[in-house]
Amino acid sequence: MQSGEVEDVEIRLLLEGVQRIYGYDFRDYADASIRRRLTHWLAESEFATFSQAQSRLLRDRGVFESLVRGITVNVTEMFRDPAFFRAVREQVVPFLKTYPFVKIWHAGCATGEEAYSMAILLNEEGMAGRYRMYATDINETVLQKASEGVMPIMEMQRFTRNYQKAGGRASFADYYTARYDRAILSATLKKDIVFAPHNLAVDGEFGEMNMVLCRNVMIYFKPALKERCLRLFDSSLLPGGFLCLGLKETLEKKKIGERYEELAPPLRIYRKRYG
Amino acid sequence: MARLFKAVVVGVSTGGVLALQKLLGQLPADFHLPILIVQHIGPDAGSGLAKLLDERCALRVKEADEQDEILPGTAYLAPPNYHLLVERGGFLSFSADPYVSFARPSVDVLFESAAEVFGPELIGVVLTGANFDGSRGLMTIKQKGGVAIVQDPEDAEARQMPQAAMAATDVDYVLALDGMAALLLKLASGRAAISHKGTGAR
Ligand SMILES: C[S@@+](CC[C@H](N)C(=O)[O-])C[C@H]1O[C@@H](n2cnc3c(N)ncnc32)[C@H](O)[C@@H]1O
Repeated sequence: MQSGEVEDVEIRLLLEGVQRIYGYDFRDYADASIRRRLTHWLAESEFATFSQAQSRLLRDRGVFESLVRGITVNVTEMFRDPAFFRAVREQVVPFLKTYPFVKIWHAGCATGEEAYSMAILLNEEGMAGRYRMYATDINETVLQKASEGVMPIMEMQRFTRNYQKAGGRASFADYYTARYDRAILSATLKKDIVFAPHNLAVDGEFGEMNMVLCRNVMIYFKPALKERCLRLFDSSLLPGGFLCLGLKETLEKKKIGERYEELAPPLRIYRKRYG
Repeated sequence: MARLFKAVVVGVSTGGVLALQKLLGQLPADFHLPILIVQHIGPDAGSGLAKLLDERCALRVKEADEQDEILPGTAYLAPPNYHLLVERGGFLSFSADPYVSFARPSVDVLFESAAEVFGPELIGVVLTGANFDGSRGLMTIKQKGGVAIVQDPEDAEARQMPQAAMAATDVDYVLALDGMAALLLKLASGRAAISHKGTGAR
């Protein structure tokens, strides 16, 4: 047997163990990425092999939490894909404005930048006080960071450029206060966002949403888990609601696809049909 | 000894647009191996390059999409801002992981994941570029028994990437772009002699 095959078996056993003990199910994550992440995690850990890690992992919650941090990729930015946010501003917000109040779910929000970007956008479009956002993630460490709303100051230049390209109407600097090497987001952006843990592989739906954003999360999933997520989003969305995916995720060939029309190809903004 | 391959992976950076036009342009529409390509591009590059290459080459060239099945006669370009990976069963996948070897998409990520899936049935090609991405990946391809081809640094618009690849591993072929399509055709049809130790036709 080749060493690669042994490692495959070890990884499968490890994920199985994690699922049984902690209820976190990573078995339907796409192989290539998770293998990369796990190999990286192992190299940084005190263990020589996955089998060695296994026994501690199953007994020590701290080790498990470090594994979750190692597996999940939390890379994000303010106004990531500015063209997407511009399209939301121009083509989605006019519909949202017809409601007295809207609910939005950010699934896989990482450190919160996407939710904060939406808050800025909605406030600028005159919807302040008329929305509530639920921003969820599997990784509680990033959720903690997200609720703090603090970012490295050196990112602000890049974020400002994104904001402008996304059609920002004010000055991005109005939204944060600089403290040494950190940028602290304004409290007005935080007050209508609820950050909460939610695992797309095992947890249930969030009811009556007008908009669901799940961007760059399902790229890490195998087809079956993608379908599960999409079912979840579909049952969470009101008719006429919007589903926003990452640029490399689509509803093409997906079961729920026929109930949606694509609003702004290729930006992956879909609208759920009525009836 | 003849052997059969399942895929070709290509990594290229500075000077890549011209290099890819030349290499892909010399392959016939019925070239029977799929080609997976990482060309370093900025995060906002759009998918213009795939369109341009598709127009100018007999091969079908497209930007890789979610759950694309890897088909013969087709070249798949990694999209801007995502790593491109190969899954078991011959599907493509993406990741938004941090930069690897200072790049996203990164050549190393594609090469390593492809080597994992295709083992000895993979051909890795490193072309012109002004950095070191791809050398670790090419090493992995060789370790898994695949074939390594590098553009002759003298022939490359930027020589660093080919040179780094040659320093990292014992490559099988070093040659100018002009002969590369012919070599790929020969390898693909099992007509080229390949040594497993990397002492092939230099
Ligand atoms: C690359 S980030 C995407 C952040 C943001 N949506 C964006 O596009 O910028 C992916 C996030 O998905 C989260 N994630 C991974 N698996 C998850 C799961 N099963 N349930 C919920 N979130 C998950 C990760 O923790 C990570 O924060």
